[in-house]
Order: sequence, then C-alpha cells, then structure tokens
Amino acid sequence: MLTFIVRRVLYSIPVLIVSSFLIFTFVSLAGSPLAKLRANPQFSQVTLHHLEHQYHLDKPIPVRYAYWVEDVTLHKFGSSLLTQQPIWPDLKRVMAHTAQLIITSELLALILGCIVGIYSAIRQYSAFDYTFTSLSFLGFAMPTFWLALLLQILFVDIYLKWNVRIFYTSGLNNPGHGAWSIDRLQHLGLPIITLLIISFALYSRYMRASMLDVINMDYVRTARAKGVPEGKVIRRHVLRNALIPVVTVATLNFGALLSGAIITETVFSLDGMGYYFINKLNNLDLYAIMAWLLVTAVCVIVFNLIADIVYGYLDPRIRYD
Amino acid sequence: MTEPNPTLDRALEQTPGHPTAPVVGGEEVIGGGDRMILADTADSLVYEHGLEIKARSQWAYARRRFIRHRLAMVSLVIVTFIFLVGAFAPHIAPYRYDQIDLNNILHPPTTQGHHYFGTDSIGRDYFSRVIYGIRTSETVGLFVAFLSTAIGLVVGAIAGYYGGWIDNLLMRITDLVLTLPALAILLTASALLGGGDKWRISLILVFFFWTTVARIARGQFLSLREKEYVEAAKAAGSGDTRIMFRHIIPNMMGPIVVTGTLAVASAILVEAALAFLGLGIKPPTPALGALVVEGQTNPQAWWLTVFPGLTLLIIVLCVNFVGDGLRDALDPQQRVRA
Repeated sequence: MLTFIVRRVLYSIPVLIVSSFLIFTFVSLAGSPLAKLRANPQFSQVTLHHLEHQYHLDKPIPVRYAYWVEDVTLHKFGSSLLTQQPIWPDLKRVMAHTAQLIITSELLALILGCIVGIYSAIRQYSAFDYTFTSLSFLGFAMPTFWLALLLQILFVDIYLKWNVRIFYTSGLNNPGHGAWSIDRLQHLGLPIITLLIISFALYSRYMRASMLDVINMDYVRTARAKGVPEGKVIRRHVLRNALIPVVTVATLNFGALLSGAIITETVFSLDGMGYYFINKLNNLDLYAIMAWLLVTAVCVIVFNLIADIVYGYLDPRIRYD
Repeated sequence: MTEPNPTLDRALEQTPGHPTAPVVGGEEVIGGGDRMILADTADSLVYEHGLEIKARSQWAYARRRFIRHRLAMVSLVIVTFIFLVGAFAPHIAPYRYDQIDLNNILHPPTTQGHHYFGTDSIGRDYFSRVIYGIRTSETVGLFVAFLSTAIGLVVGAIAGYYGGWIDNLLMRITDLVLTLPALAILLTASALLGGGDKWRISLILVFFFWTTVARIARGQFLSLREKEYVEAAKAAGSGDTRIMFRHIIPNMMGPIVVTGTLAVASAILVEAALAFLGLGIKPPTPALGALVVEGQTNPQAWWLTVFPGLTLLIIVLCVNFVGDGLRDALDPQQRVRA
C-alpha cells in the first residue's frame, strides 16, 4: 500500500508541473495582462512600455513562466498587475466560503443519493424507482443557471408577498454575522439546494447502477443460497462492493467542485471561488486568473490522488497493476 | 503485399461472425452452410419452398429497435419539431428579434399581437427572440457535435490502430485536459478569444469536446483491431485505410453515434451557460442562455425566465432520451439497466 501511495504521489508531480505550464502558456497567448490598461487613455505609451519591462512581458514565454513560478512559490502568487493588490488573501477568503458551500451540499447529496439509489436498486421497477429515475433525468438536463434563477425568483416572491424571510437570495451574510451563524445558513440555503439537486441526480443514478451490477453477482447468489438473511446480504455483500465506484466518483466530483460552482455562485452573488473568477475574468485581471486556475488544478490533482488511494484501499486488486 | 481483392473482402464481410454480416430472421446464422450463399444475390432469400425471409442488416435491426423505443421516438419527434422551428425562424417568428416596441414593455404572455411569450423590457417580442435563440443553440450544438465527432474519430482511429507514440501523446493530452477545470478554461478561452461570435465560440467548444470521442474511438479500435475478420482482411491483402474504413469503423459506429448525439445536448447546455455568464455569444445575436439573464434583471416578469429556460430544458432532455434510445438500439450489450 505504501509503495502504491508513493508511486501515485510521484506521478502527480510532473502532471502538476505540465499543467501549470499549460495554464500559463494558454493565458499568456490568449491575452495580454496590459490589455485593460491599453484601452485606458490615461496610460501613456511610455508608462505601458515601462510596465511591460517591469513585469517582463517583453521576454519569451518560458522566461516569463520562470518569473511567474518564482512569484507563485516565493511571494504567494504575487500581486495583481491591475489593482496592485496581493492575490493570496482574497483567494484564501473565497476558498473558505466555497469549501463551506461545497462540503455541505456534496455531503447531503451523497447521503441522500446513496439512500435513494440503494432503495431504487432493491425495488427495481417499482413506482419509487420510476419516480426517481425520471427526476434524475430531469436533473441531468436542467441548466444549472436556470434552476438557480427559478429558486431565486421563487424566494424573492415569497418575501415580497408574505414578508417571510426563509432564505436570502443573494450575498454571503449580513454584516456582523459569522461563518456559522443562522444568517450565513440562510444565505447559503439556496446555493446549497441548487447544487444538491444537480449532484443528487448524479449520485442516485450512480449508486443504483452500481448496486444492480453487484446484486447479480455469483457471490451474492451464494450468500443467499447458504441462508444469509436478505438484510445482511445487502449490507455485507452488496453495499460494501457497490460503494466503491460511488466513493471514487464523489471524491473526483468534490475536487472539481472546489473550483467553485461558478454558475451557482454567480447567480446568488456568493463571495466564493466561482464568483471571484468571473469578476476577475470580466476585469481581464490575468494574474489573478492564472493564480485561480493553478489553485483549481492543484485541487483537482490532489483529489484525483485521494480518489486513487481510496480506490486502492477499498479494492486491493487495483494496487498491483 | 498483394493487391486488395474486393471480392474476397466483400465475402469476408458476409462471413458469419463479422458484425456487419446479414442476419436472417433475427438470429445470426451459425455454421454457414448452404443458407449462406444468399448474400450477394438479393435482399430476400428463399430457403424453403414458399417461405420468404427478408435478410436484414444490423442497421435495419437497429432501426427497428429504435422505432420500438417509444420514449426515444417521441423525443425525436419533439426535438425535430423544435429544431425545424429554429431553422425556419425567419418565416415563423411574428416579429424580428430586435424589433423594439416601447408601447408594449414587459407585457405578459397573450395571444394579442402574437406575443405568446410576452415582451421584454424594451418591448421586443419574446416568442420571436426565443425562436431565434433556438436557431443559435441548434447551430452551435450540431456544428460542435459533428466537427468534434469527426476530429475525435480520426484522431482516435489513428491512435488506436497504429498505437506507439501517437497513442501515448493523445492519451497524455486527454489526461491533461481532464485535470484542468473544464468550465473555467472554456470561460477564459471564450472571454479572451471568443469575442461573442457564434462560430468562434463553437470552435472553442470543439477544441474541448473532441477528446471524449477520441478516447472512445481509440478504445474501440484497440479491441476491434484484434478481431479475426481484421486479420482475415489483412491476409487478403487489404491496406490499412481499407481495413479502418471498411471493416473497423462501420462496426464501431454505435458508440460513436451515441456519443455524438449526447454531445449535441452538452454543447447546447455549455453554450447556454457561457451566454448566461456574459462570456459566450453576445447580443444582438439572441442565445437562450443570454435571454434568461433578462429574467434575472426583471424578476417580476416570470415569463422572461421561464420560456427560454424551459425551451432549453426540453431540447436537452429530448436529445438525451434520443441518445439513450440510440444506445439501446445500436449497442444492446452496452445497455445500462435503466
């Protein structure tokens, strides 16, 4: 097991280096960090030349990449060229908010999805199964931004008509309330529900398919034949094996979602990773965007690693390939 | 290498076990024998006096399976109808999509003046705008699906058939694409390079979509190139191109067609999300995603949110059902127990 982990960790280092280089090359080729300033008549050609020199923008891309890596590693991502503000404090703040949102919604979706998936598989083709199958098809086809917007409009209407505040429809919290206050929860409620619906569709389908794969295995029939009670067959023999792929998918999904539910956060103006990213993109603040992309790539790679290790732990066959 | 022998090649295709071989009466004829002389002569064969059985190809069977799939057929009809409405938008829409009528601002849906979906904040007819939005969505969806399937098929074929460094390179590229946050990269690309133009956005989408098909095509090629009929074709002197296009590709069209169909739905969804965030197709071109934004700025006018979103939902849902039906029809072994 230890060699397996070490090998996987070592493998992800070159992946990280290559993808950081790709991110840098891609963003640098696609746009110039000075584009916003060039459009502004206040900046003279001389100032622009000076900035270009100061930020090494006149050098070839590999050299600029080296300077960027130095900034990232030694100066905590450096500071934005446009605002002259350090990038890391902002990024740290929005990451905390996103983590709170994602952990809550994903855990809820995973628990509910597993329960519904297991029950649908045991009672295959029952009314329960059909209902949730149709609902999950709806969930797959649902444009996230539309779902979020409908929820927002619904709760704005509830507030305007009956003057009841169940959930706030935008923002992170009112001033003076902390990270674990009721107020914060009321703000996070709708984004959590949006993400919950989308992820629930995925997990319940996945759990059901995985259960059905296992339930027809020979060893399950053997267990039944030797007289193990049905509940115990499901718990001991089916569930334990069926959970393996679901746990892997959930881990991967989690890593991908840490980049922020870009759409959901934008709709609800929630000060998280996704909202930050869209703001920076609209301002063409390329250094902030590159820092964001790098952090996200790290998250994805780390959670891929965790998924591999978890998979290796749950299914020993994987370790020896 | 000898010259390719078309007659032998054709005979190979008719061999039982070759997946494109004709199938008689629903069951594949095993063992060949006298019944197998048939194929070249006609569509129908008589092997017992007075009893005529039509020889059906695999595709004919797939078509029958698909037509019997009720949900998929209904979805196909609906989605064809919606796409036709989009295609003939200039003839169907009662107004131009950018026709402003300041006397009729934020009018709820009504049959008066054909404002079936109401009007927006500067009095433009929303029904016409949604129809033109469908036109944009379907263009992007079909274009992206066709082009990315074609590119993915060719690249996947080359990688899977020849293997070696091409294969390695392709797999590393697709691995890397998977580690990057797809939506974020897409957004960055379309913000910096897209310029709000329909075709540029489509090309950016193609750039991200082809890898899926390439991976699937590669996997199929890896398993199919080891089949006996490919070996037999090689022995008969067929060249690589002929083997790839005549023997392998027709036998892997099932998964490719399914992936291509589902790509239409996801391209439409992604394009709508980009437009919604203001980084995709930009006005004046109406896009369904951008139309929903007008609903966000006017939350009291529910029709501005509901109609474009509902249209999008129905299109994507139906395309997904068609894709599922195609999977069941073309690729019965791959059927998910749903």
